[in-house]
Amino acid sequence: MGSSTPGVSTAPAATAAPSVPRAAFDWRPVALLVALPLLAWPLLGSGSTWLTLTFAGLTMGLIIFVIASGLTLVFGLMDVLNFGHGVFIALGAFMATSVMAWTAGADGPTVAGVFAAMLLAMAVAGAAGLVFERVIVRPVYGLHLKQILITMGGMIVGEELIKVIWGPQQVALPLPQDLRGAWIVGEAAIERYRVLASVIGLVVFVALVWTLNRSKLGLLIRAGVQDRSMVEALGYRIRRLFVGVFVAGSALAGLGGVLWGLYQQSVIPQIGAQVNVLIFIVIIIGGLGSTFGCFVGALLVGLMANYTGYLAPKVALFSNIALMVGVLLWRPQGLYPVANR
Amino acid sequence: MLQRLLSHDLPRSPWLALALLAVLVVLAFAPFLFEGARAMSVAAKILIFILLVASYDLLLGYTGIVSFAHTMFFGIGAYGVAIASERMGAGWAAVGLGLAVALAVSALLSLLIGLFSLRVKAIFFAMITLAVASAFQTLASQLSEFTGGEDGLNFKNPAWLSPSFVPFEGEILGLAIDGRTLCYWLIFATVLGAFLLLLRIVNSPFGRVLQAIRENDFRAEAIGLRTVHYRTVSNVLAALFATLAGALLALWLRYTGPDTTLSFEIMLDILLIVVIGGMGTLYGAVVGSVLFVLAQNYLQDLLKLAGGAAKGVPVLEAVLTPDRWLLWLGLLFVLSVYHFPTGIVGRLRARAQARD
Repeated sequence: MGSSTPGVSTAPAATAAPSVPRAAFDWRPVALLVALPLLAWPLLGSGSTWLTLTFAGLTMGLIIFVIASGLTLVFGLMDVLNFGHGVFIALGAFMATSVMAWTAGADGPTVAGVFAAMLLAMAVAGAAGLVFERVIVRPVYGLHLKQILITMGGMIVGEELIKVIWGPQQVALPLPQDLRGAWIVGEAAIERYRVLASVIGLVVFVALVWTLNRSKLGLLIRAGVQDRSMVEALGYRIRRLFVGVFVAGSALAGLGGVLWGLYQQSVIPQIGAQVNVLIFIVIIIGGLGSTFGCFVGALLVGLMANYTGYLAPKVALFSNIALMVGVLLWRPQGLYPVANR
Repeated sequence: MLQRLLSHDLPRSPWLALALLAVLVVLAFAPFLFEGARAMSVAAKILIFILLVASYDLLLGYTGIVSFAHTMFFGIGAYGVAIASERMGAGWAAVGLGLAVALAVSALLSLLIGLFSLRVKAIFFAMITLAVASAFQTLASQLSEFTGGEDGLNFKNPAWLSPSFVPFEGEILGLAIDGRTLCYWLIFATVLGAFLLLLRIVNSPFGRVLQAIRENDFRAEAIGLRTVHYRTVSNVLAALFATLAGALLALWLRYTGPDTTLSFEIMLDILLIVVIGGMGTLYGAVVGSVLFVLAQNYLQDLLKLAGGAAKGVPVLEAVLTPDRWLLWLGLLFVLSVYHFPTGIVGRLRARAQARD
């Protein structure tokens, strides 16, 4: 007859628990992203200009996404704002100049050199990230004011060291012969290098999304972004996770630096500080800690920069700030705010 | 009397008091003490930085707001005077109008930035000000018909402040006073007055509220102080004083360009001085500015010497040149934030207190 232990229910176990309702996908920011090119079409006039600019904007956006994704993850996970992220970009770009010079063949830089540059830049930037985290960031966890000051100082020191190694002047970064030129589609010119950069950017995006959503590591990262202390309480070494994410973010910034340098075809030591402003705008728009927000934000910024660069060059940077202001008025925490902050 | 002048915010450390007195006397009598244009330039720069950094200390040290837009207001002040003097012709009317317009523009901009950004978190605010300052710098160099672009604007000062004006025949105490000297003393008097005014502001009930917000803004809001209002006012005040400093710089240099006022290097210099001097103590701006400007001018010579001595040693030679001044600055900055959190003034006061 039933259980002899008092108080223990003998009722049959409940039927399978109802599945956890999935949060509805927030489509409005994506609608904004789609609306922007559509809005630009009548302003630009010709379809070929529109196609060229849109493609350029998407490419630029993808490169910025590669750079900014590390920064936003680092902030989301460990509440560390790294104002010195630009130094990894500059390091990557300058590494590219050296590697492309080393691997240059008889006709100049080679495509293999481009890929070698990317890999080496990622490795060096990742290593630099390790040192940066240990020396500069670790002592100031939790103290936002000091973080801002110190990472800024770190960026200055890094930039000056880059000047010591590579010199303070502008260095040209020419594209290999095979990547120059463009494919003509109708009247629009789609540059070959931009296609490569977009493909790489998309690969990074897909890899990042896959890692975050389908792997255990990604699960830990997402959990850590949501509730760090709980993950620690469950026994995971969140510090190691953070260092790993920081190094990965720096490596991505190095890769982004290579892409950016090749995009501009020249590199200056201030490249880090210049791109810094752009990536801050992107992660504010996207929402600190959100990867998809960073993606949408980066594409928005890239498109906006290219459209206004064509239509009204003098207000190009202001247009991005206006975009940021607009987004913040709509959603004060960014397009995809991370839940607990 | 002294207590009331300094708004009851005494140095509280004998060494600090001595240093401040020495700085005051030397800066007041600089035209008599030093010969040569370079020394006068250094003294004028020290004065202008004192005002600029003190206004930033109001923002960072007393209210706890990190803003990277301070050089923007500095630039607005300089460009206001420059544009007015160039368009209206040199004269006090131009300077007055330029300053007034610059103050109005700064007040409006800082109000907008403050009201908008201070509703979001501090980190957002820092990043937004960085973006805005960057955009402003680009704008200033692009609107070349208006601002002179990259070349900047050269203009003449009012008659009494221009170097050719000689009020007294012959020398007074060994110095031939000319318009440049008068300009210097104008800057000195303005900076002194503005500094005492800043002391008054931070030692008032308003200043106390700012410090409360810095320490724990949640609690300040909880006891009924509208933190957004106070932060915005602090933002505006800091911007106004920075604009004044910019106007003084324009008067001294008779030139304004994007690199003299809007460059990010100046922002870093301000940050460094505030950190080394001591955040949240206006006297830190004085001590820090003096040390920093002196070091910047005369240490570069030292670096040149050191570089010459290290010739042949590959890495050292590249690192010990005056061009890499910023590297040492950056290292000093990082070390100061770690080991010198209260700055020089904080350390001196702590020692004085420990001794009692």
